[in-house]
Amino acid sequence: MRLKPVAGILLRQFYLLRGSPVRSLPMFAWVAIDIVVWGFITRYLNSMAAGRFNYVPSLLGAVLMWDFFTRIMQGVSTAFLEDVWSRNFLNLFATPLTIAEYILGLVITSVATSMVGLAVMLVLSTAVFGLSFLSLGALLVPFLLVLFAFGIALGILASALVLRLGPASEWLVWPLPALLSPFVGVFYPLATLPRWMQFAGHLLPPSYVFEGMRTVLAGRPLSGGNLAVGAAIAALDILLAAHFFTRVFRYAAATGLLARYSAESAG
Amino acid sequence: MSDHHVDGDPHSAGNSSPHAAGGTVLSVTGLCKSYSHVVAVEQVSFDVHRREVVGLLGPNGAGKTTTINMILGVLSPTAGSVRIGGVDLARERARALASVNFSAVYASLPGNLTVMENLRFFGLVYGIPQLGRRVAELLRQFDLERLRNTKCGLLSSGEQTRVALAKALLNRPRLLLLDEPTASLDPAAAQTMRARIRSLAVETGCGILWTSHNMYEVEEVCDRVLFLSHGRLLLEGDPRRLPREHGAASLEELFIRLASEPLAEPLASAG
Repeated sequence: MRLKPVAGILLRQFYLLRGSPVRSLPMFAWVAIDIVVWGFITRYLNSMAAGRFNYVPSLLGAVLMWDFFTRIMQGVSTAFLEDVWSRNFLNLFATPLTIAEYILGLVITSVATSMVGLAVMLVLSTAVFGLSFLSLGALLVPFLLVLFAFGIALGILASALVLRLGPASEWLVWPLPALLSPFVGVFYPLATLPRWMQFAGHLLPPSYVFEGMRTVLAGRPLSGGNLAVGAAIAALDILLAAHFFTRVFRYAAATGLLARYSAESAG
Repeated sequence: MSDHHVDGDPHSAGNSSPHAAGGTVLSVTGLCKSYSHVVAVEQVSFDVHRREVVGLLGPNGAGKTTTINMILGVLSPTAGSVRIGGVDLARERARALASVNFSAVYASLPGNLTVMENLRFFGLVYGIPQLGRRVAELLRQFDLERLRNTKCGLLSSGEQTRVALAKALLNRPRLLLLDEPTASLDPAAAQTMRARIRSLAVETGCGILWTSHNMYEVEEVCDRVLFLSHGRLLLEGDPRRLPREHGAASLEELFIRLASEPLAEPLASAG
């Protein structure tokens, strides 16, 4: 793997963000709005609970982590969609760029943009609503890493689906995180769900994070084994998503889909 | 006449070239592409040599763009092989594509990046050493310095063509594929571009595969032409001699006659 082509993908995204407030603003704006809305909801719930329960860490913490996961997924797929929107596939894939280099470039792009969003979320939730991540301690790091890994896997999967189904299918992939959210227990324990939904939830890495987070906040000891299972599933999901993308890429090259993405009007 | 005739023999076109085999930058052998029951390209074979400009001609739907896409690695052949500078594209894709570049009217560069940004982006993707210096050279060479900070989407057709050509030369390609590079240019700009591309082949030693519907242009620029029709390579030869050899008044007349043939009928009867 060569670093220059990976840097090229990253640089392209930087150029786009630098030159376009329409692209850079959502990195801050939507996460800020989410935190503000949920921050006031938790305040209201705290006032109703009259000190019997603190909703800030469990609810606002969950919102923050779910937003982070969503940003990672969207960071990968948006960087990919930039090539769809600018009809750049022919220019891009007629170069020595390998699929692994391309995907790594998308992932690093997503990490960079998501970190900005995470920083905004952390500052707002801590400074304005008093959310303290110190209560999660060092576990915050593995929690975020598992969500990060699964966000990457889902972003690669979404990109592969758009490549396979065509540009219009982007509307199918945006709601993917929302589709998964009922199964992973962002705001409630998995035990709340019917058994079949619990089973589906156990196949999704975020469920281990949110269950773990609630365990820690309740003052109970966290099972490292459960979090390791979540991490292992997330790592497996990345491999499966990358494999799926590669297969779709080969299919697109075999059927002419890859060339037609850029050359629909070519004779 | 028979020297120039190509009728499905995978090696006949390549062997008829006067150039030494050591200077071969592109070797296409028995290339086929079919989509379920539709055959787009059938047993196409030819070579392109260093410093040679080869015209790939044919009516719309003849298989020119399909052939070019297979050489660029964005379309997998059903059968056959593409070797670029001796490197098999199917086996060593990245290494083979490192020495190729292209420009096509239907593959414009991202319009939301400036000229400079596009060149830097693609320069990194191609892994160009001393990229800053190379980009500066190309901006100067194609008279793009004043447009360096202009978004490509805002450029005129002629300017976009110059940027696309600058991008196509970033990696100093051994093989340059140009799909109708002058299609959107006015006659004066097209004339300048033809002269520039012609001199590129001489100065850099790269081989150029050029598609065009402008037969005057082909006669002026190309050392050799390949006629494709219905996905098959029908004829190959010197564009200045072929019309006479086939009893046509001009290359355009020969093109029209070939394009109207239902399939690859032996052209000897026409001559």
